[in-house]
Amino acid sequence: MNESDAMNPARREALALGRDMLVGGAAACWAGSPSARAASPRRDAPVMRKLTLRVNGAAQALELDTRTTLLDALREHLHLTGTKKGCDHGQCGACTVIAGGRRINACLSLAVMHDGDEVTTIEGLGKPGHLHPMQAAFVRHDAYQCGYCTPGQICSSVAMLEELRHGIPSHAAADVAAAPAWTPDELRERMSGNICRCGAYSNIIEAITEVAGAQP
Amino acid sequence: MKFDTPATKNPIDRLAVVGHPVDRIDGPLKTTGTARYAYEHHDAVARPAYGYVLGAGIAKGSIHSMDLAAAKAAPGVLAIVTADNAGPLGKGDKNTATLLGGPTIEHYHQAIALVVAETFEQARWAARRIRVDYGPVDGTFDLARAKESASKPASGKPDTAVGDFGNAFAAAPVQLDATYTTPDQSHAMMEPHASTALWDGDTLVIWTSNQMVAWGVADVAKTLGIPKEKVHLMSPFIGGGFGGKLFVRADAVLAALGARAAKRPVKVALPRPLMFNNTTHRPATIQRIRIGATREGRITAIAHESWSGDLPGGKPETAVDQTRLLYAGANRMTAMRLAVLDLAEANAMRAPGEAPGMMALEIAIDEMAEKLGIDPVQFRIANDTQVDPEHPERPFSKRRLVDCLAIGAEKFGWKARNPHPAGTRDGRWLVGFGVAAAFRNNLVTRSGARVRLGKDGVVTVETDMTDIGTGSYTIIAQTAAEMMGVPLHRVVVRLGDSDYPVSSGSGGQWGGNSSTAGVYAACTKLREAVATKLGLPPDADFADGRVRAGSRDVAVADAARNGELVAEDHMEYGDLDKRYQQSTFGAHFVEVRVDAATGETRVKRMLAVCAAGRILNPKTARSQVIGAMTMGVGAALSEHLVVDRYAGFFVNHDLAGYEVPVHADIPHLDVVFLDETDPMSSPMKAKGVAELGICGVAAAIANAIHHATGVRVRDYPVTLDKLIDRLPLLAREEES
Ligand code: FES
Ligand code: FES
Repeated sequence: MNESDAMNPARREALALGRDMLVGGAAACWAGSPSARAASPRRDAPVMRKLTLRVNGAAQALELDTRTTLLDALREHLHLTGTKKGCDHGQCGACTVIAGGRRINACLSLAVMHDGDEVTTIEGLGKPGHLHPMQAAFVRHDAYQCGYCTPGQICSSVAMLEELRHGIPSHAAADVAAAPAWTPDELRERMSGNICRCGAYSNIIEAITEVAGAQP
Repeated sequence: MKFDTPATKNPIDRLAVVGHPVDRIDGPLKTTGTARYAYEHHDAVARPAYGYVLGAGIAKGSIHSMDLAAAKAAPGVLAIVTADNAGPLGKGDKNTATLLGGPTIEHYHQAIALVVAETFEQARWAARRIRVDYGPVDGTFDLARAKESASKPASGKPDTAVGDFGNAFAAAPVQLDATYTTPDQSHAMMEPHASTALWDGDTLVIWTSNQMVAWGVADVAKTLGIPKEKVHLMSPFIGGGFGGKLFVRADAVLAALGARAAKRPVKVALPRPLMFNNTTHRPATIQRIRIGATREGRITAIAHESWSGDLPGGKPETAVDQTRLLYAGANRMTAMRLAVLDLAEANAMRAPGEAPGMMALEIAIDEMAEKLGIDPVQFRIANDTQVDPEHPERPFSKRRLVDCLAIGAEKFGWKARNPHPAGTRDGRWLVGFGVAAAFRNNLVTRSGARVRLGKDGVVTVETDMTDIGTGSYTIIAQTAAEMMGVPLHRVVVRLGDSDYPVSSGSGGQWGGNSSTAGVYAACTKLREAVATKLGLPPDADFADGRVRAGSRDVAVADAARNGELVAEDHMEYGDLDKRYQQSTFGAHFVEVRVDAATGETRVKRMLAVCAAGRILNPKTARSQVIGAMTMGVGAALSEHLVVDRYAGFFVNHDLAGYEVPVHADIPHLDVVFLDETDPMSSPMKAKGVAELGICGVAAAIANAIHHATGVRVRDYPVTLDKLIDRLPLLAREEES
């Protein structure tokens, strides 16, 4: 969220409401606890907001329940299902998209926080027949198995290489002030927010290394 | 087609397409996000409603009452399904607990309601408005405490014995008697269990993430009380399964019931925090292993006993199975006992039986080698057997364990291993090498396919086989291309649809060999049809898009010029798997570094050498093995469903609490496949490899940690708290 977002009271309110709802959702598996209380229609009524996302270069006008995550806006409202939901809790990275040039977990971000934002999803990187170099490298290196973490891995790695280029430090660097080294350990550290339960990690790092080497 | 005599030379042996490391044919779909998984069929289902599952908040007992009023009144709610209003439901043959609980609750987070609403947010909000009044009762959740009450399981072979283990063990000059534990583990596949369901008249159309289409159809039908013919089930892409999607789960049944109640298509995905207690898991085990050997290192007595738990009516984890086959020894016994536990249903996870069994056995072998003062690679080689030790008249079809160990040792640089544990230091790191054998039985299963030769010469394969990341699409295409003599890009593969012939499905590492053997059978029939159509003899040669016999040389597409040719067949099996023991073998080599101060373990390098019959595609097969090795790292170092022994559930039920390996945990992984064919397995001469890859990995790591630190940990996972108070003194470095 940038500064102007923080200054926008309407958006702050939406955020607070959204956060409350999300917590409620996560706790639903505990339902039946005394915290469940009678419905109050006023509180239950969805709060709707209009917003525009610029997704893969195209403007998308939406009117959404403010509780809608960026992930569900993409998947359920724009039918861009390439972005995956693995946990809905910021724990797996399957939902990684590039918003405003930075990789984010789309499940941890409400759609209304991105009004006017430029969002790139896996569909925006390439298509069958016209693959992005990272997508092509993933195919060549068999850097996936079931394919469910794959769009997140690819979006994450494309944005991650930009972070490296901009000298953003990581935990793996011995000296955070120095320019980061393009080593496999550095890549592994930076990709560790993207879980692959199929265990394609060894191949994923090789695919990324190949692309990184081709465009230093 | 029946496979009842060993395979001889056949069209697959040409290896023009099969055996090559071709890229996956579904790669462009998966890497661009265009492969559609079960929750993503917007093209076919215009306006689905959303179902949100409510899980039980107690582990055992009953529901006294459920107050749905507030939830029903919540905005957007279309229907609420509970056991009260769902009508009579059956239980699937493959399910232990019912998928919709109430009034009886069998385990924590058993589904008790589905709220269907216009949007996901509304369904989730309304689910939270349901008030449940429970009547909890005490349950049993602790395997260690339930162990004494465990009994002989009804199925399988709970007890085996050959020779006189008791006396032979007592007489053995060198003995090991040790107990190991493995924890409950979760599949934690990346795609949650998910389904989209709609009713077309009285037919249920359902997309669901399921490894076994035909089992799924049968159990959905049985649960809902409708004929199998009225279920159209599709599972074209599956975001990982590892055994966790072998069976119909609550998402499928509730989506069907929700769609019926709401009169709308409904989609349901299990929320991640629900998956761990709602679905199946690999159960914890307690394993006692006794080995007796001569001073020269020949095993004379070996015993493996295992205890596990499950809900009433459940099955044991068959952790002793490999011990009946892996090493020689005249006197042997195994035993399995099953306790009743009220945790979620225990069931198959990648290499059920062998994965946890090898975690224990291969530490025991390492311990025994150490007692004997014999190198652990040599100890394993010395106790190899080429016949089933319980039935010496029954040979292995192929068994190259010794080659795997020897070649692996050579490639890994095993010679450099310091024979003394805790003897190698590199700065702050204690360095250790570890080895373990890999072993997993090869299963063959009936599998069918339909093959079409189109007017355009394109070969289309249809089978209800699934691709759970294993590469089925690709190896099936390779098989059809080889059989019909056409290039790979002239083959289309359609999978995961109950309209197609029933296949082996994906499980037990039987899918690769069995499903391609089914395609082989169907293609054999199609070749005959093509030859007949072209007036060529049945033994005509198919290659380069041509059919040749004698002086005739015709394009294969010519046979379909006046209309598509279709052939359907299945492969079934005689008794070759009874006459010959069919298993897959391997060896895992690991180097670890353990932080001398904190006990943190890092895996430095890993090598797997596998002998698993013909490798149909070395690229996708290697991926299966590295994936299994990665899961083995998790089993060794971090994966542990922690049981709340009072409330009765797995506490760490999300991906933050249940720690699977991430990028930073996994180095470059090396895999070597031995050049091998097994003519006893099928005409493909292939066997499975996806589960072999995990068997032994965790033990190799535990053995490497012991080698690094001198600390023997017998309770998985090997976390730093189990090492830290026994690490070699830091001071030693300064002293020396
Ligand atoms: S779905 Fe967003 S991090 Fe898992
Ligand atoms: S490819 Fe299946 S989780 Fe990564």
